[in-house]
Amino acid sequence: MAAALAVLCASARADDRRVNVVASMSIIGDISRVVGGEHAVIKTLVGPDGDVHVYEPRPADVRAVAEAQLVVSNGLGLEGWIDRLIGSAGFRGKHVIASTGIRPLTVRYDDATKLAGRAHPQSPTIDPHAWQNLTNGRIYAANIAKGLIEVDPVNAGYYEANASAYDSVLGRLDTWVRSELAAVPTEKRRVITTHDAFQYYGAAYGVVFLAPVGISTASEPSAGDVASLVRQMRSEHIKALFLERISDPRLMQQLARDGGAVIIGELYSDALSAPDGPAASYVKMFEYNTSTLKRGMLEN
Amino acid sequence: MTTPSGLLFAPFVEFGFLRRALIATVALATGCGPIGTLLVLRRMSLVGDALSHAVLPGVAIGFLVGGLSLVAMGTGGLVAGLVVALLSGTVTRTTAAREDASFAAFYLIFLALGVLIVSTAGSSVDLLHVLFGTILAVDDSALLTVVGITTLTLLALAAFYRPLVIECFDPEFLSSVGARGSTHHSLFLVLLVLNLVSGFQALGTLMVVGLMMLPAAAARCWARNVWSLMLVSMLVATISGYVGLLVSYHFNLPSGPSIILTAGVFYVGSVVLGAHDSIRVRYLARVHFRT
Repeated sequence: MAAALAVLCASARADDRRVNVVASMSIIGDISRVVGGEHAVIKTLVGPDGDVHVYEPRPADVRAVAEAQLVVSNGLGLEGWIDRLIGSAGFRGKHVIASTGIRPLTVRYDDATKLAGRAHPQSPTIDPHAWQNLTNGRIYAANIAKGLIEVDPVNAGYYEANASAYDSVLGRLDTWVRSELAAVPTEKRRVITTHDAFQYYGAAYGVVFLAPVGISTASEPSAGDVASLVRQMRSEHIKALFLERISDPRLMQQLARDGGAVIIGELYSDALSAPDGPAASYVKMFEYNTSTLKRGMLEN
Repeated sequence: MTTPSGLLFAPFVEFGFLRRALIATVALATGCGPIGTLLVLRRMSLVGDALSHAVLPGVAIGFLVGGLSLVAMGTGGLVAGLVVALLSGTVTRTTAAREDASFAAFYLIFLALGVLIVSTAGSSVDLLHVLFGTILAVDDSALLTVVGITTLTLLALAAFYRPLVIECFDPEFLSSVGARGSTHHSLFLVLLVLNLVSGFQALGTLMVVGLMMLPAAAARCWARNVWSLMLVSMLVATISGYVGLLVSYHFNLPSGPSIILTAGVFYVGSVVLGAHDSIRVRYLARVHFRT
């Protein structure tokens, strides 16, 4: 009798106190939403079609962080603004770095590293776009689940169930991506994007991504880099060129014109689309990107 | 490719985007050289940079109306720039306020307004980052815009040269002769905003303001007449653009900063070695007693 009462009290307490979670960007917000389910309220700072590299937090964001129990960010240097935000909000909850435990890739080329490379050869810049590899996405989900269980141990079973269900969804998606891309012959697996956001995707699924701008949208292209990209496009007959939602399309239009390429469509790299768009969730983003990439690569 | 023609000409032959960048730079240099000279003479040197912030509310409203359309945002920016320039010009003419103070006041008001609009209604996209272009991404419409505005500027300057120049030095004289100085001043401001805002959209803030002010500042050390100041500005700007693009190409450096730093080298060189009022003339040349 007392045990039944205790269980009832415990479940009542769990139900009327949902965990407040603040996610730094929409992709992490989506994963948190799936794992957290009905026991978590997710607030995303950099919303759909937003640019997380150059985001400036607002007062409402500070309030949201102050009222949250869990903050989830990507890490790897993506959110240069997150530490100051957490500090100024006086946050005392748990901060989960979603990319903990993944194997990071370093930047292949980047204006800043080229200039600084001679001074600091031992510390190359890390590419933060780790979510573009579904294996890393599964680690993200696991880390977020661990964080939720830590701040809300009463619902541990619920979070674990959600996490493992999502894990198999991502596993099936990974297999699907590989089978889709298998239809593209190796010599056609080259594309151009706006900024260097798809290195992890390329490394995991065997596609070569080239870009005129480095890993941050805040950097400016150099004529030499654009010229060598055009030369490469001409010599290797790369025709597939992709825009991104968050960037100015004009540089890509020039590349298309000079390199003889065609702008195939848009890819979603750093943010999801609006809810009525084609990439409204992490899973849908992968499906959309993969189909668009495949369509483009077959044109090469 | 280490032959002289390989270093100096071959990149432009091989790549269309470099050719367009060069044409845009020459057009910008030709249009902005005279305007920059007049700005320096009127002590309005910081107006260009201030205006790049003042356009924000117009761009934000354009974004709210038309989404991420460059036409909508550009038009909004142009209107905002014109309003700021004309308002500050009117206040300067009708009150005792100085040009720089009234311009500073209005641009700050507009910047704050712009940040307000973006924060409450906008998305998290950095609007100015999307709107302002780069010299390497000049498409046909941007090129036509820059060339068109340059042509318009040169025609207007040719038609109204004397009143505009006199207004720099002695505005009271101009109004005493009945030449309606305020109209010419407004015309100058309109030309200025047109050059700046269309330049921002085509080429970015650094390029436009830099090519406007640095060559004009450098020219002060070489020329004495207004017409020769303008010519030297145009020349320095054109050469800086050409050399800067080559540096950006051969050394893989960002193009906007390369061009402006080249102009900066010209400026420092002019200040040190120029023919008038330079360090060389003032402190190093021996005084000759001429009869």
